[in-house]
Amino acid sequence: MNFINKRKLFYGFSIAMIASSFLCLAIFGFNWGIDFTGGSLWELTTSDVQNDNLSKVVDYLENEELGQINVQTTNEDSLILRFSNISEEKHVQLFKGLQEIIPSIQERKFESIGPSIGQELKSKSIWAVFLVFFGILTYLWYAFRHSSFRIPSYRYGVLAVSVLMHDAIFIAGLFSLLGKLKGWEVNSDFLVALLVVAGYSVHDTIVVFDRIRENIRLKRNEDLKEIINLGVNQTLIRSLNTSLTTVFPLITLYFLGPISIKVLVTAMISGVIIGTYSSICLAAPLLYDWALKRT
Amino acid sequence: MNYKKLLIIIGIFIVTILLGIFIYPDGLKERGIVLPHFFDKSFNLGLDVSGGTLLLYEADLNNTDVSNYATAMNGLRDVIERRINFSGVKEPRVQINKSGEKWRLIVELAGIKDIKEAIKMIGETPYLEFKEVRTEEESKTILGLQEEESKKEEPDLRTMQTDPYFKKTSLTGKYLERAELGFDQNSLPIINLQFNDEGTKIFAILTKKNVGQPLAIYLDNHLLNAPIVREEIPSGRAQISGHTLPEAKELVTGLNQGALPVPINLISQQSVGAVLGEESIQKIAKAALWGFALVLMFMIVTYGIPGLLASISLIIYVILTISIFKALPVTLTLAGMTGFILSVGMAVDANILIFEHAKEEIKKNKPIRISMEDGFQRSWPAIRDSNIATIISAVILYYFTSSMIKGFSVTLAIGVVVSLITALYITRLFLQVLTTNK
Repeated sequence: MNFINKRKLFYGFSIAMIASSFLCLAIFGFNWGIDFTGGSLWELTTSDVQNDNLSKVVDYLENEELGQINVQTTNEDSLILRFSNISEEKHVQLFKGLQEIIPSIQERKFESIGPSIGQELKSKSIWAVFLVFFGILTYLWYAFRHSSFRIPSYRYGVLAVSVLMHDAIFIAGLFSLLGKLKGWEVNSDFLVALLVVAGYSVHDTIVVFDRIRENIRLKRNEDLKEIINLGVNQTLIRSLNTSLTTVFPLITLYFLGPISIKVLVTAMISGVIIGTYSSICLAAPLLYDWALKRT
Repeated sequence: MNYKKLLIIIGIFIVTILLGIFIYPDGLKERGIVLPHFFDKSFNLGLDVSGGTLLLYEADLNNTDVSNYATAMNGLRDVIERRINFSGVKEPRVQINKSGEKWRLIVELAGIKDIKEAIKMIGETPYLEFKEVRTEEESKTILGLQEEESKKEEPDLRTMQTDPYFKKTSLTGKYLERAELGFDQNSLPIINLQFNDEGTKIFAILTKKNVGQPLAIYLDNHLLNAPIVREEIPSGRAQISGHTLPEAKELVTGLNQGALPVPINLISQQSVGAVLGEESIQKIAKAALWGFALVLMFMIVTYGIPGLLASISLIIYVILTISIFKALPVTLTLAGMTGFILSVGMAVDANILIFEHAKEEIKKNKPIRISMEDGFQRSWPAIRDSNIATIISAVILYYFTSSMIKGFSVTLAIGVVVSLITALYITRLFLQVLTTNK
C-alpha cells in the first residue's frame, strides 16, 4: 500500500480532527475533576436511590451551605455527590445527619481536596507534560545522531514530538467532548493516560523511523519516497499486531474492570488507536515532505 | 553448548515455579506443606484497593527557624504516629513530604475501623504555647501597620493576623512532660503542667523576665488565660484555670498524648470503603486474566511455534514482575495495576517486532535459525529507543505527581525493564535451543 501518495488525504483528516478538538476545547473546555479544582466527592449507597431517598439526601445537603451540589447516580443503589471542599468535622456531622434520615445509608468513598492542592497539581501536571515532550525530543535527537544521511537527525525528533502533540490534542479534544456529553472528568488519571499515550505514540513512531533510517543506510541510491514507503509497509503488520495486543487487555478492563478506572482506560484505548494511526499515516509522510526541503 | 543452554532453561523454569509459590503460597499451604517464613510476605495494597484513608496535612512552620524544619517535621511525625496507634488503627504510615517551600505530612490509614476516630484525634491535637506581653511601643507600631493595611484593597494577611499585644516565646507544648487534673481552693478544676528539663529552664527565664506582667497561655491559637507572674518559677510548673470539669479532663488527655511541635492543617483527604476496594480488585483481576488469555491466544494463532515460545516468556514475565512487586514491595493501587496490565500488552511488542523482521529474512530463503538471529540483531535499536521513551515518561510522572499516581509509574517502569529481559533473553534462548536441535 502506498501511504506517501495518499498523504494529502491523511493530512486533511488530521487537520480536521485537530481543528474539531480545538473547537471542542474552546467551546466546552474541560470538566475538571476535584483533584485539580479542589472540592469534595462523596459516594454513598442506600436502598432504592431511584425513589425518595435521593431527594431526601439532596434536600438535606442543600440546607448545609455546601455551594453547588452535583448529584450523579451510578447504578441502582449508589450515588455520587460533588460539592465544595469541607472539613473533616463537617463531613462527620453531615454523615450523622444523613444516617438520622436514612438509617441504611453507607459510605463507599469520600474525598475532599483543598483548592491550593488542586492548583499545585495542575501546575505540576503542565510541567510534567512539557518535560515529557522535551525529554523525548532530546533523547531522539541523541538516538538518531548518527543518521544524518539524507535526512538531518533532529528532524526525526521534532516530527516524533509533533505527532505526539497531535495525538495528545486529539485525546484532550475527545475528553472535552466526553465531559460535555457524559460528564466525564479530567482528573489525575487522565493526566496519567495522556503521558502513557505520549510514550506509546513515540514508541510506535520510533519503530517506523528506525526502519526508515535502516533503509536509507542500506539503499543509498534509491528514491526516498520508495524507501520511506517501504519502511512503513515493513512495520505495518508489527504496528497493527502490537496495537491489538495492547488494546486486548485494555478492552477487557473497560468492560470487566471497576468503574473508577474507566477514564484511564478509555483515554488509553483511544490513545493507542490514534497513536498507531499517526505513526503510520502521519509521521512517515511528514518525514518525506520535510526531507524534500534541503534546509 | 546446547546442553548448557538447556540447563539454563531448566533453571529458569525452576526459578519461575518458586516465584509462583512466592506469589501464591496459599495453594501449597492448604495441602499442608510448610514453607519458609520468607513466603509469608504479603502484597502491599494501595488504599483504593484495601480500603482506607489518605490524609494530607500542611505544617505551619511560620514560627520555626528554617534550620529546624526537618527536626520539627520529624517530631511532628512521631507524635502523630503515637496518636494514631493510640486510637487503635493498625500500622499507620506517616511520611514527610516537601513540595516546593511547603512541608507536608502524608498519613495513610488502612482499613475502615476507627478511621474517623483517628482523624479526629489527629485533627484535635491541642497546640499549646506561651506568649509574653509586647512593649507598648511594639503594640502601637503593629496597630498602626494594621490600620494602614486594612485600608488597602488586599490587606496583607500576615500583618493583619499578628497579635498586637502578645508575642510568641520559644516555650510550646513540645517541652511539656505531663499534664494533670487538679482542683484549686474553691474546688474548681485546674490543669497542672510540668515541663521537662529544657522547658523548665525556658520557663524560669521567661517568668524571671516577666515578673509583674501577664504570661498568656494559648491553646490552638485561643487565649486560655493570662495569669500575672509574681516571681520567677524555677520548678517548671504552671497552672491553667477557668475550665469546666469535662473540658479540663479532655484537655489533660489531649496534652498528655503529646502536643504537636508545630500546628497542622488538613488540606486533603481521600477515603475508600473496604467494600468498594474488594469489588474493584475482583473486577480488575478478572479483566486482567481475560486480557492476558487474549494476548496469549493472539500470539499463538499469529506466530505459531515462535508465538508459543513468546507466550511462555510472557507467562514468565508476569510471574517475575508480580514477584518483584511483592518483594520490593511496590504499593499496588488501581492505577498501578492498570499500568501493569498495559505493560503485558506492550511486553510482547519486542517479540512481534523481532518475528516480523525474521519473517522477511525467511522470505529471502535464509535458514530459520539465521533469520531469527538477524531479527533479534536488527530489531534491537528500535526496541531500545522506543522503550527508553516509555521509561522517560514513567520517570517524569513519578517525580511530578501525587502518591496515588506514583504507583502507576513504578509498575510501568518495572514492567518495561522486565519485559526487555524476558522478550530478548528468554525468548531468544528458547529459539536457539529449539532451532539447533532440529
